[in-house]
Amino acid sequence: MNDRAVFSFIAFLALLFASTHLSAHHGNAAFDATKEVTVMGVVTEWIVANPHSLLKFDATDDKGNVVHWVVESGAASVNQARGVRLTKQLLKPGDKVTVTMMVAKNGQPVGRIHRLVLPDGRLMVNDLP
Amino acid sequence: MQNFLTRAMIVVPVLMLSLFAHAQTVPQSSETPSKSSETKEHKGLPPICQGDNRFNCASAKVEGTTDQPAVDSWGRPVTPPATGQKSAPAPKHDISGTWQVEGADEFGFRILGVFGAGAMPSDGYPEHEPPYTKEGLEAYHRNKPVFGMTAVPAAQTNDPLDKFCDPPGFPRDDLHRLDSIQLLQTPNQVVVLYPRDKHWRVIWADGRELPKDPDPTWDGYSTGKWVDNTTFVVQTNGTDERTWLDNAGRPHSDALRVEERFHRVDRDHMQLTVTLDDPKMYTKPWVALNNQPFRLMPPDFTLNETRCSPSELANYDSLVSTPIVK
Repeated sequence: MNDRAVFSFIAFLALLFASTHLSAHHGNAAFDATKEVTVMGVVTEWIVANPHSLLKFDATDDKGNVVHWVVESGAASVNQARGVRLTKQLLKPGDKVTVTMMVAKNGQPVGRIHRLVLPDGRLMVNDLP
Repeated sequence: MQNFLTRAMIVVPVLMLSLFAHAQTVPQSSETPSKSSETKEHKGLPPICQGDNRFNCASAKVEGTTDQPAVDSWGRPVTPPATGQKSAPAPKHDISGTWQVEGADEFGFRILGVFGAGAMPSDGYPEHEPPYTKEGLEAYHRNKPVFGMTAVPAAQTNDPLDKFCDPPGFPRDDLHRLDSIQLLQTPNQVVVLYPRDKHWRVIWADGRELPKDPDPTWDGYSTGKWVDNTTFVVQTNGTDERTWLDNAGRPHSDALRVEERFHRVDRDHMQLTVTLDDPKMYTKPWVALNNQPFRLMPPDFTLNETRCSPSELANYDSLVSTPIVK
């Protein structure tokens, strides 16, 4: 690993350390609110809805199994304050995304988005409850 | 060499911290050691933001986010409020306009009331517990909110709003995740437009009295009057006791009386104080919003549509709320 790669790694971790994570419409009691998990995957469905928009995506685990994730975002009306609107055109099946989230305590592949890197590289921060 | 050592001093602690990370349920993932986040971001925040609950709370400062210009829900750029200019004086007997909650609350949210009434959030501080009567405390314990110190998973809540998409009702209109409101004035009314479920509330300003024995309605019956050139004071009764006061599950009875005090400080700033008086549930009146500041938004500002859709809530419950409590 060369210096540049080391520093890219450090910068990535530093960004995650410094970042904050935010609550959604419902409370977090069934989620593990002690840690964040980042998963890369491929979008299968994007549902713009109230009170929560939902993102379904597939990711492959270390045993080669495909895991079907369902993760919630804010309501259809929110997020535009940071320049990323939750429009129906924002994501489509086949898009590659990186999702940073808190996940369910019981191990189900269900999460609550804190940050989402869009296919075009933009960062969506789920900053409204 | 010195450069290398400096870098190593950064790398080693980071790698040591990473040892605390737990195994992943799904590979291709990375996990943030949370201790660092707790001490860095949550110092000084209330008890509800600490320990296992620390990710309940936001921070006013979010690092590494987008810097794209704000747009409204139709994609139109939002005119930023004027800054650095001295505001003109408040006009006489006029609180009309679109007003947005100013600043972040103590949890870092710009929206007001995520953890309960803005001045009395359910955050673990004893001084933020309302003065319950015995009946009030029993009613509070029957309520199962999804926010605050007594929060339960969403699948187990009996919050009429979160479970059924019932209307928030008044005064939860003011105390539940308030972001912005629009006030319209006619010669005999002030009308409040709430983005939540796109509903409105009429405050009669024609000198009439409150009804003596009103049938309850979601938003009750409101009358208001100007007590000076810039302060409009509203009294409300007749609210529906099925509704909660706030996100934290604070109850109220049909005896509830609410006072709202809208004080326009100058042209661009307003403060709202909400005082609750319910002798069945509380031993004395208590202040739910205390001089909460609002800023006047530009005339082209659009209130967002924020609806609770029962069918979409049902879909959410089947995909998210229910699987995570099995």
